[in-house]
Amino acid sequence: MPLIKNGAEIDDIWAYVDGEAELSEGGCFTVPLGRFLAEASTLAERNTQVGVRLSPDDDAALLEPYLQQIQLIEITFPKYTDGRGFSQAQLLRRRFGYEGELRAVGHVLRDQLFYMNRSGIYAYETSRAALSEVLEALKEYSEVYQPAAGGRVPVFRKRHGN
Amino acid sequence: MYRYDEFDAQIVKERVAQFRGQVERRLSGELLEDEFKPLRLQNGVYLQLHAYMLRVAIPYGQLSARQMRMLARIAREYDRNYGHFTTRQNIQFNWVALKDIPDVLALLAEVEMHAIQTSGNCIRNTTSDHYAGAARDEIMDPRPWCEIIRQWSTFHPEFAFLPRKFKIAVTGAAHDRAAIRVHDIGLHMRERDGVRGFEVHVGGGQGRTPHIAALVNDFVPEDRLLDYLEAIMRVYNLHGRRDNKYKARIKILVNELGEEEFTRQVEAEFAAQRSHEKIDLPQAEIDRIHAYFAPPELATKPETSDVFEAAKASDKVFARWARTNLHPHVTPGYTSVTVSLKPIGGLAGDATDAQMEIIANLAETYGQDDIRVSHAQNIILAHVALDDLPALHAELDAAGLATPNESLITDLIVCPGLDYCNLANARSIPVGQAVQKVFADPDYQEDIGRLHINISGCINACGHHHVGHIGILGVDRKGEEFYQITFGGRADEKAAIGDIAGPGLKSEDVPGALKRVVDRYRELRSGKDELFIDTLGRLGHDPFKEALYAAD
Repeated sequence: MPLIKNGAEIDDIWAYVDGEAELSEGGCFTVPLGRFLAEASTLAERNTQVGVRLSPDDDAALLEPYLQQIQLIEITFPKYTDGRGFSQAQLLRRRFGYEGELRAVGHVLRDQLFYMNRSGIYAYETSRAALSEVLEALKEYSEVYQPAAGGRVPVFRKRHGN
Repeated sequence: MYRYDEFDAQIVKERVAQFRGQVERRLSGELLEDEFKPLRLQNGVYLQLHAYMLRVAIPYGQLSARQMRMLARIAREYDRNYGHFTTRQNIQFNWVALKDIPDVLALLAEVEMHAIQTSGNCIRNTTSDHYAGAARDEIMDPRPWCEIIRQWSTFHPEFAFLPRKFKIAVTGAAHDRAAIRVHDIGLHMRERDGVRGFEVHVGGGQGRTPHIAALVNDFVPEDRLLDYLEAIMRVYNLHGRRDNKYKARIKILVNELGEEEFTRQVEAEFAAQRSHEKIDLPQAEIDRIHAYFAPPELATKPETSDVFEAAKASDKVFARWARTNLHPHVTPGYTSVTVSLKPIGGLAGDATDAQMEIIANLAETYGQDDIRVSHAQNIILAHVALDDLPALHAELDAAGLATPNESLITDLIVCPGLDYCNLANARSIPVGQAVQKVFADPDYQEDIGRLHINISGCINACGHHHVGHIGILGVDRKGEEFYQITFGGRADEKAAIGDIAGPGLKSEDVPGALKRVVDRYRELRSGKDELFIDTLGRLGHDPFKEALYAAD
């Protein structure tokens, strides 16, 4: 599936491994949260990169002790009406200070991208929006009313000169 | 009232462009109806029985004359010459073509209005006391904080896809006219040791499982309000049920967790916020927004008006209207006027384009350019000099806007029902009209006194039947409409859900049955100053049930 990250379409070097299947040598894999927590110490010993895929009912706070060793967290949006991933992203970015990649996977539609971007999700796995549309969607609003993980300055600060 | 600065104007302008693009993609077939649905729903566009409906936000129910004129123009040019004011202080247009909606939004943007988040599973229009900033019993004006909440909640990136819709109401008076205890969050302004703050109620709601909100915090200081709201919203967004749309409102979460556990989770989330996560609204911004709501500069007048007293003495029709449709104003010599949208046999909450123009003109001439929409679906002119009332009344009367029934038995809240709504099981409008006709005699109405009858055409309770002193709920049984009657609901600071009296009635039997109930009340009340709801509280429901089902 096409991957758009930081405003460009890129090749995806990551693969998601469902269940307990063995991780082959040398690849970059994401695994479900449960497996990651169970195997955190062995996964850390692999000399390749390790990532986690969160499902909407996962508690993102469980990742807090491991955030330094994780390069990618995938946030699942199983359908566009399920907005739990937005809270997971805000928690990871703002409360726990995660600085690695957050990637939206699942049913990722153009019209959620602005909110995802504001939640600190800068990579989108989507077949439903071409690069040009993604770039357009991210520019739809030039001002925002509230602080969020995306780091934009809300208008209540701009109004008072900071 | 609040005025947009360049930032507000820019955001609303960009919304119009964004929605125009979404409509184009839908009309070209690029977006499927299923994918378009959540987008149009975040913008107040519903697919109804006959056409798309557009719901326009009226933040906390306040309008200027210029804005009202634009609503009149939209009714004239894009609808069938009327609009419907709703129980959430908004306005709905029932016949706007989808292709025209972007143009309508562009017109609204010209007068600092929008339809953002008037539907969908997001934070909706914040509602308030329709006498805010004018009422004599007000402690603090809730509108500045409603506006702060409006801005904070607009396009909030974390809370745009909640389990279900989310409604916040704020009041600042002793008497709750904003029904805060039947909202997802109800905020009651308080002052403690010289600090302004809010009593926070969570999990009220109507619909198929009505609940009175739980008191979650008895005092959140105003500078922490938005952080506290974020904590509530996050707990709800992460843990509210998404498996069943009928169990997805926050009231179900509060109920399933229990008030204590829900409160614990909110407090834990609030306490966990790190300093850089806090919203930290600058005091200068709080002050900037409050400045827009400074009281109007009203000429000093005596408490009583000779012109007003003389008109009452000489004109019985005027005197009656003055008894029923005025509300005490904080400034001597002034009053708040209810412009009734409940003529007998009319459509509750509907106004024609011509009526909207007239209301706009009157607001400029007599009302400090300040118009309110009440959750009871009437219009209020908040600041009118007593001296001007005879002239104002004459103009309202000529326009069919002087029905003397504010809070009386014919001032019904009525949802659109099966005549317009594709969720409804039964008609509401004709039943409401039939009830009005039984009680139409103005002397009879005045004798009955304050009595709220609310009608919903389905279990979703848009007509607030659960909190009517008498509630009427339309249900469908094997293709036939029946109406369940409830007694004892109320939406104020003593909020309660009404109890079902017994088996449903056929529509033609409802007016007569209610008349028997009301006449029983008139026999049983301890005096004319004991309201129906108080007699009901004193004697219990049995005498009234008996009257309801007594055969003719």
